[in-house]
Amino acid sequence: MTFPVATVATLAWRNLWRNHRRTLIMLAAITLGVWAMIFMTAMMRGMTDQVVTNGLNVLPGEVQIHHPDYRRDPSVVNRMEPPTAELKAALDLPPVKAWSARVKVPAVVSSERDSRGVVLLGIDPVAEKLLGSLPDEIVEGRFLESADDRGVVIGASLARRLETRLGKRVVLMSQDPDNNVADRGVRVVGIYRARLRASEDIYVYGGLRPVQSMLGIGEDISEIAATADDYRSVNQWYPRIAAAAGEQLEVLSWPELDAYLGTSLKVQDGFSLIFIVVVFLVLSFGLVNTLVMAVFERVREIGLMQALGMRPGLILAQILLESIYLLVLGLLAGNLSAWLTIKPLESGIDVSSMGDGLEMAGMSATLYPALEIQDMIMATVVVLGLGLLASILPAWRAANLDPITALART
Amino acid sequence: MNAIRCQALCKTFRQGEEIITGLNNVSLEVEEGEFLCLSGPSGSGKTTLLNAWGGLATPDSGEITVGDHRIDQLGKGALADLRLHNIGFVFQAYNLIPVLSARENVEFVMQVQGVPTADRHQRAEAILEEVGLTGMSDRLPAELSGGQQQRVAVARAIVSKPELVLADEPTANLDSKSAAELMALFVALNNERGITFVIATHDTRVMAYARRLIKMVDGVVVSDERQEPQDMAV
Repeated sequence: MTFPVATVATLAWRNLWRNHRRTLIMLAAITLGVWAMIFMTAMMRGMTDQVVTNGLNVLPGEVQIHHPDYRRDPSVVNRMEPPTAELKAALDLPPVKAWSARVKVPAVVSSERDSRGVVLLGIDPVAEKLLGSLPDEIVEGRFLESADDRGVVIGASLARRLETRLGKRVVLMSQDPDNNVADRGVRVVGIYRARLRASEDIYVYGGLRPVQSMLGIGEDISEIAATADDYRSVNQWYPRIAAAAGEQLEVLSWPELDAYLGTSLKVQDGFSLIFIVVVFLVLSFGLVNTLVMAVFERVREIGLMQALGMRPGLILAQILLESIYLLVLGLLAGNLSAWLTIKPLESGIDVSSMGDGLEMAGMSATLYPALEIQDMIMATVVVLGLGLLASILPAWRAANLDPITALART
Repeated sequence: MNAIRCQALCKTFRQGEEIITGLNNVSLEVEEGEFLCLSGPSGSGKTTLLNAWGGLATPDSGEITVGDHRIDQLGKGALADLRLHNIGFVFQAYNLIPVLSARENVEFVMQVQGVPTADRHQRAEAILEEVGLTGMSDRLPAELSGGQQQRVAVARAIVSKPELVLADEPTANLDSKSAAELMALFVALNNERGITFVIATHDTRVMAYARRLIKMVDGVVVSDERQEPQDMAV
């Protein structure tokens, strides 16, 4: 038996346009549905990206190396030695984009008016800049200039709470390895603003070496943070770092460091699929209705084709092809309209009117929709796959019509 | 050689609680090249017999052989293939595919058969010319008169050179002139190509063209006579 592709394709295409209005309405519905799937997925991906990226900035880094007990007790006691040559070599290999060694200990900062518990970060600003973990904006003064900088940079919110300001001296207090108080008076050389206001209250930045000196830990550090280009691919490269670090150090990727962030990503991926399927289920009613009507209106004609010798399989193929035409046209229009509407918004949507609520969710006041080709592919595959599945019943019914009964239909 | 042979053919239909007899123990033989009319009142079983011979209706019992094929034993797909290659159908209501032009309707069967495009076009144009539709090949069915549509249907039925054409009340929707022209075309095709024609009709003017006239009542063959056809009887 030959398969007359051209005949089936021609019939399917012309039949599709027999009822222009119905086809156009259905096309509009598929287009809108596909657009909604991709647009909402891009928004959700943008939100998740922001939550994860903000979270990674707070961590910071996609991979961290610590003393095995540091996460349980992040004090100076659980410090580590500077990275070995082997570890440095592993950290310098792609896809690692940047890495930084830092001291990160709990501390108290006091002004003449108030005291606050903070996290003291002793950093090398050059390495941290490459890591992308510096504060978003210096609103007064300057940031640290080197690992030897003796000043501190505090958040704008903390400065308000301490009732201090640029140029004033504050006292940093923490513990040395012998559990004695280690303190030092330092000058505020800069005030920063962060995307997450809560960060402004917590993090105080100082030069790496002055902080090491204050704590009396020589060249020891609290952690090494490393980052690559894509946080989603961390599992591909961090085992290499872990192998180089050895068993005496704990090497963790960001989903392990922050289970909430890791879960957010999984939830987003799962929710996107659920959203796409739900939108499709709504669409499928229209699609099935269109095909059922198309078959119902052509019962006599289908009977004729059977009488003339068209095999049931070809009738089935013809109806399915009508569905494919409809789906493909709708998918093209939907994907294109999604791309055209999302691309201009990728520079950011101002959602500052909901700023406080968003900050609680780990987001900032500007939302950046993220259009990923994989989301477009997922929407296309789901719509095409389920669309064909939904079309099988009307197509099967058409293929199995009794030709005599069908021909007798007036 | 027999074009059709049926033996003890029975077919019943259920209509609500009632069982209706369509065919009651019908045994017939149709020779190749015959021009035969099945006549009888509505419900006599002539269309049922035509459908059974065309493989569109499955008999409850009995045997049907069309050419070399025992069609009562064939499945749906094989029956479709038999209709595609061996049988041409002409229906009362023309039954053209509305989205296809006259030429495309004629080409339809050949397309499904897999005839190459150039050959298909040439044969379709030639047959349309033969049935008197020169210059109308690009018209859609809605742009043709009833008589012209029925001619397209005839062209479609004979274009793939079937051995047998089954026509069910082919003139019922035509005026006298168109009906006469159609019957003249059937006769010419029968004479020139040797195609076997079986026409179910209750129109006595159509019956006059037949060389063999079978009368049916209540699913039973009540007479089977050979006659001299009267040309231009309609």
